[in-house]
Amino acid sequence: MHPIILIVFLPLVAAIVAGLGRDLIGKVPAKAITTAALFASCALSWPIFLGFVAGGAEATVVPVLQWVKSGDLDFAWALRVDTLTAVMLVVVTSVSALVHLYSWGYMDEDPDQPRFFAYLSLFTFAMLMLVTADNLVQMFFGWEGVGLASYLLIGFWFRKPSANAAAMKAFVVNRVGDLGFMLGIFGTFLVFGTVSIPEILAAAPGMAGSTIGFLGQRFDTMTVLCILLFIGAMGKSAQLGLHTWLPDAMEGPTPVSALIHAATMVTAGVFMVCRLSPMFETSPVALGFVTFIGAATCFFAATVGTTQTDIKRVIAYSTCSQLGYMFFAAGVGAYGAAMFHLFTHAFFKALLFLVAGSVIHAMHHELDMRYYGGLRKSIPLTFWAMMAGTLAITGVGIVDVAGFAGFYSKDAILEAAFARGTELSTFAFGVGIFAALLTSFYSWRLMFLTFYGKPRWEQSEHIQHAVHDAHGHGEHHGHDAHGDHAHGSDGTAGYHPHESPLSMLIPLGVLSIGAVLAGFVFHGTFISEGIGEFWKGSIAFDEHLIHAMHEVPEWVKWAPFGVMLTGFVIAYYSYIANPAFPAACARQFGPLYRFLLNKWYWDELYGAIFIRPAMALGRLFWKVGDVGVIDRFGPNGAAWVVAQSSRAAVKLQSGYLNSYALVMLVGLVGAVSWAIAQ
Amino acid sequence: MIGIEHYVVVSAILFVLGVLGIFLNRKNVIVILMAIELILLSVNINFVAFSAFLHDLVGQVFAMFVLTVAAGEAAIGLAILVIYFRARGTIAVDDVNRMKG
Repeated sequence: MHPIILIVFLPLVAAIVAGLGRDLIGKVPAKAITTAALFASCALSWPIFLGFVAGGAEATVVPVLQWVKSGDLDFAWALRVDTLTAVMLVVVTSVSALVHLYSWGYMDEDPDQPRFFAYLSLFTFAMLMLVTADNLVQMFFGWEGVGLASYLLIGFWFRKPSANAAAMKAFVVNRVGDLGFMLGIFGTFLVFGTVSIPEILAAAPGMAGSTIGFLGQRFDTMTVLCILLFIGAMGKSAQLGLHTWLPDAMEGPTPVSALIHAATMVTAGVFMVCRLSPMFETSPVALGFVTFIGAATCFFAATVGTTQTDIKRVIAYSTCSQLGYMFFAAGVGAYGAAMFHLFTHAFFKALLFLVAGSVIHAMHHELDMRYYGGLRKSIPLTFWAMMAGTLAITGVGIVDVAGFAGFYSKDAILEAAFARGTELSTFAFGVGIFAALLTSFYSWRLMFLTFYGKPRWEQSEHIQHAVHDAHGHGEHHGHDAHGDHAHGSDGTAGYHPHESPLSMLIPLGVLSIGAVLAGFVFHGTFISEGIGEFWKGSIAFDEHLIHAMHEVPEWVKWAPFGVMLTGFVIAYYSYIANPAFPAACARQFGPLYRFLLNKWYWDELYGAIFIRPAMALGRLFWKVGDVGVIDRFGPNGAAWVVAQSSRAAVKLQSGYLNSYALVMLVGLVGAVSWAIAQ
Repeated sequence: MIGIEHYVVVSAILFVLGVLGIFLNRKNVIVILMAIELILLSVNINFVAFSAFLHDLVGQVFAMFVLTVAAGEAAIGLAILVIYFRARGTIAVDDVNRMKG
């Protein structure tokens, strides 16, 4: 048996056992089974990946069983293992395994832990199904599976109305993208007569230039198909227009944010574009569209990230922005760089989210960074993990020497965008550089607000609750409490954060190593010249572009470093040297600040265009159509007739003997009259 | 000369009185029993009158049977009334509606 079968199906088995049998086997075994399954998957995935890195492994397809055979439509469950899949396998299983471990500590007080772990494993299974798909329908199965699992996980605290709303929003917005993806799959089957990915990719170049009727017009076939498929990717990967679900999805528990909304699920769109890259290569228009959307998202999300105060939302917008980088890398044809950024980003973004979780854990579920400050001394290990993540995401590194993970992948993307040389790619390069400045600014802003300065959590309701509870428990420590109140003016209100348990710190440590080293160790494999040997045709690549990337002018190579430093300096000036500066800026540029704080008013815009009309229409159908017509004349009408006639019948049955006698008499007279009349 | 018509008219008047006595009576159950007696007697008048008029003795024999049955009926009816009164403490017609569903 090929290990891939175990890798994919172990999480499913664990999810079923932990989910359905949680009452039978108990809490700790359920958690242990899922975590063990994920670590097993992870342990099996790395040899496959390293096999491809070393160059010995060959792409294989492992058949599982026949699925559909109906006329021309013929596809099977089959697990495809090639370089692209191997990269995704290690990303998904490593992050997922660490998130499982982390959840032991983070979810320790939750009464519903087996359900949580079952959902996590189910999600991992769906994602593995997606990345190993050999045909588009199987990919769609995984695609919908991660959608379902994300819905369950975002709405995990289903007693919280905001979590439910966020779960529904994620599901509905993803449906919009999925419609595009489905139409793309249907169209692909229509054009190519198959859903098998290798066959489609082989036939795609032959279809370039043909036209297809769509919405009553003739369009270029490949452009239509690629854009439809890309709309699916936009939904899943939270690109501009369909991004609104991602920040709201932070309502879920923090390990979920790390797993789904940073490292794996949102990368499904990037993975799909890379998997179908030979198809996208046939349509310059579609690639331009991908580049533009990617660059726009990158810029939009980075600007919004600079003003948010919720620690998880800052990281969520940063994810959105980094996904924009990956897409415009794919758009300019640097699929290897896109996948490399996906790979490194998975490590440092999962790290950032888990660090945020550790901070939140220490701060009694206070999420607002304005109530943090000075945490460096009380939670030093978390601080150093965050430092690793921040250095990685801002891309700290010296050209031609060494750097953190994000340095290699982000620079590769920017160089590729510059080297491509089209108008759109130059635009993307400019936007990318500016977004790198903003990335550096908001990352250091988060760092400074959280870990530097003086404690500011005196005013936080969560902390006040925590302190209050502590006092309630320890009444006999009366004078201690008074002492705390006495020096409450230091901004702590007597609350002292504690470092997280070991189960949370180990994943932080492992991911920190990844965030520091992933770029340095693997950049040669992913993006250097001659990467054709590594990818073995699993993505399209352009040897000229790779070559040109290394020939870009010196200033292009140093530009990301320069803006990174600028962002750091601005953040340092604003939040350490002169803390009054941000507020003054916000006042000075009031409209711009509000525009960014309200996330470019996307939610309000969608509210006005789609949600309110849809609600109004729904209310019309409900009040007038359903209640007013169907219910009134249907069930309620029938019930009314029955009630009225029974009320009349009740009057006949008075219980008085003489009335009955009268009725008998009338009946008798009637019967006799009838008999006589005959 | 008193003809058959007079008997029939008297009997009809008594019958209608009896029937109305049952329906219009709102007082007590004894009146209902009396009204039933009245109906039976009106029928008896018819039997006897037609028996004499048609020279057929069967009518008179039938009248004797009716008298017998009426006596039994009155006895049973009164017995029920006594039991009912013991049980419910009233024999007012308006209160006798236990058959109401």
